[in-house]
Amino acid sequence: MNSEQQYLDLFTANRELIDRNSAVAMNALREQAFADFARLGFPTRKVERYKYTDVAEAFAPDYGVNLKRVEFAVNPYEAFRCDVPNLSTSLYFMLNDAFWEKALPSAALPPGVVVCSLRRAAQEFPEKVEACYGRLARTGKDALNALNTMLAQDGLFVYVPRGVAVERTIQVVNLLRSDVGLMVNRRVLVVLEEGAQARLLFCDHAMDDRDFLTTQIVEVFAGENSHLELYELEETHVKNRRFSNMYVDQQRDSVVSLYNFTLHNGLTRNRTDVTLSGEGAETNLYGGVIADKEQHVDNNTLIDHRVGRCTSRQLYKYVMDDRSTGAFAGRVLVRHGAQQTVSEERNANLCATPEARMYSQPMLEIYADDVKCSHGSTVGQMDEQALFYMRQRGISLDEARMLLKFAFAGEVIDAISLEALRDRLRHLVEKRFRGELSRCSGCRMCK
Amino acid sequence: MLEIRDLHASINGKEILKGIDLTVKPGEIHALMGQNGAGKSTLSNVLVGNPAYEVTRGSVTFNGKDLLALKPEERAHEGLFLSFQQPVEIPGVSMVNFMRAAVNAKRKYQGLEPMGAGDFLKMMREKRKIVELDSKLANRSVNEGFSGGEKKRNEIFQMAMLEPKLSILDETDSGLDVDALRIVAEGFNKLRTPETSALVITHYQRLLDYLRPDVVHVLMAGRIVKTGGPELATEIEQRGFDWIKAETEAV
Repeated sequence: MNSEQQYLDLFTANRELIDRNSAVAMNALREQAFADFARLGFPTRKVERYKYTDVAEAFAPDYGVNLKRVEFAVNPYEAFRCDVPNLSTSLYFMLNDAFWEKALPSAALPPGVVVCSLRRAAQEFPEKVEACYGRLARTGKDALNALNTMLAQDGLFVYVPRGVAVERTIQVVNLLRSDVGLMVNRRVLVVLEEGAQARLLFCDHAMDDRDFLTTQIVEVFAGENSHLELYELEETHVKNRRFSNMYVDQQRDSVVSLYNFTLHNGLTRNRTDVTLSGEGAETNLYGGVIADKEQHVDNNTLIDHRVGRCTSRQLYKYVMDDRSTGAFAGRVLVRHGAQQTVSEERNANLCATPEARMYSQPMLEIYADDVKCSHGSTVGQMDEQALFYMRQRGISLDEARMLLKFAFAGEVIDAISLEALRDRLRHLVEKRFRGELSRCSGCRMCK
Repeated sequence: MLEIRDLHASINGKEILKGIDLTVKPGEIHALMGQNGAGKSTLSNVLVGNPAYEVTRGSVTFNGKDLLALKPEERAHEGLFLSFQQPVEIPGVSMVNFMRAAVNAKRKYQGLEPMGAGDFLKMMREKRKIVELDSKLANRSVNEGFSGGEKKRNEIFQMAMLEPKLSILDETDSGLDVDALRIVAEGFNKLRTPETSALVITHYQRLLDYLRPDVVHVLMAGRIVKTGGPELATEIEQRGFDWIKAETEAV
């Protein structure tokens, strides 16, 4: 039996159950998603953007899916200790794919701002959700979009109305919790209207030592002159498989900065697809990866400069140890007429062992004639001279290697504009390199 | 303090050192002179344990311990310091973190607690003055963007922080202007004690004018061919090495 069949069967057999435990706006796209998934099947490595990760293999095992929406008996506020103590955030939890509604942060959000369950949002503001849901993550062009749209029942909705600036960081902790292997299909919708400002911090943790498979689709709508910083921090374990597709649409003069750090994981594939639809928009993508053991991290990006006068920057740095594999493929597309585009793309990688593998593929495709674009990548090893210099000063080989790795990753950590988070991440990365972060440091259950 | 006996060493299979015998006593300064390719830098690299070099024969005892059996970091902890001919740039590692790691590694080796942040920064400030280094030093990356003179001053600064028993100065004077040479040499002299020794590798007399070596050796083709007092350095400055070469070949 091929890997797809069990998901098609699951959907066919449980169609009514899935619908009943979701919302109309989400159910509306299922039939098409099913047809698209049946037609597309899982992408093979022959599909360029899936070249570096074997999707079908990851989806082959039979995971449980919580279609009945059985609640897990856990209070995340008790189970989870905030990892960023000096950062005052509005803290929310997602338990698997369900928004934790029982206790909400006491600090109120500005009037009109909504942070809630996507299912609830689809019931309370159907027009807002219907206008956006599935508009960017088209099911016809990507099998994972189709699979997620077919099965997802809930997720997160963030809405910031016109002209409103949310001062306090909105932190959402995604907790994976299950006594048996579990597949989680999470859906996130972020809508910033004209002139809105927000900072989001998504942290992924796994509370149980189980096999998890997560598909996540994030759709971000950044209105004219809106400002968004979105941080994603994955700190799960080696049995987690994460497939995340993020789609961003940016209107005129909007500024979106996306930061993605993989601190600890099993297998991760992050697709980031940014469309610059309005002139003067700016997008910044920063990625930091630390991998060892047999971890696998694949970041795949597309920045589509549809119109002129937009700016895009990408900086991804990987530190690969043991037998880990990393991949970065970043495609910048400057379309015909997108004049005065400024684009930089850089991927730098450190392979600390001869067995670690890094695949780097920066791509630049330009159909306009008045642009300033650069792209480059490097893969290097530990600097033996620097190691010896440090050892001569009395620093042990392990410590010297740690200092070099930390220095290498430092550049991308320094790009974080939020000081408390930057300091915290430095601390976490150092702990990670010292081997003190073998699972995740956030939840008590892992202690 | 340091006893080298019949030391042979090679790099990439090529023998460079062909039987070195050298004894350095506490408080002594030995100068090591010789033409390019004589093996001076190889000797310093072998002593501090650079893994690129292979010792094929001989022994080195440092304060009673078998130096060659120790890792480079252990040799440092035992009090051996090399002022590098070409100090290495380490982008992204700040001087303060680098020095803290080095000082605390040594303290751990000695069974001491790590130094408190306040005490450590105070120590950095004091030692910095010895070689007139900038106060911005602490937050700069190790040697990155340093001028040639700053790099050499930084070597002596690190020596001041680590208080070694035996320092090897590998062409610390090369590339320095007159003022920088004076700062480096005077800085070194301030750190001298009756117990500390040094092995100074140089081509020139001018550094030795400041340091006043007790013994001068001439290294040629991997062997010490001549040993004398300070006057030998003066003679080499005037006459070059050819006469020593002729003398050696005659024997």
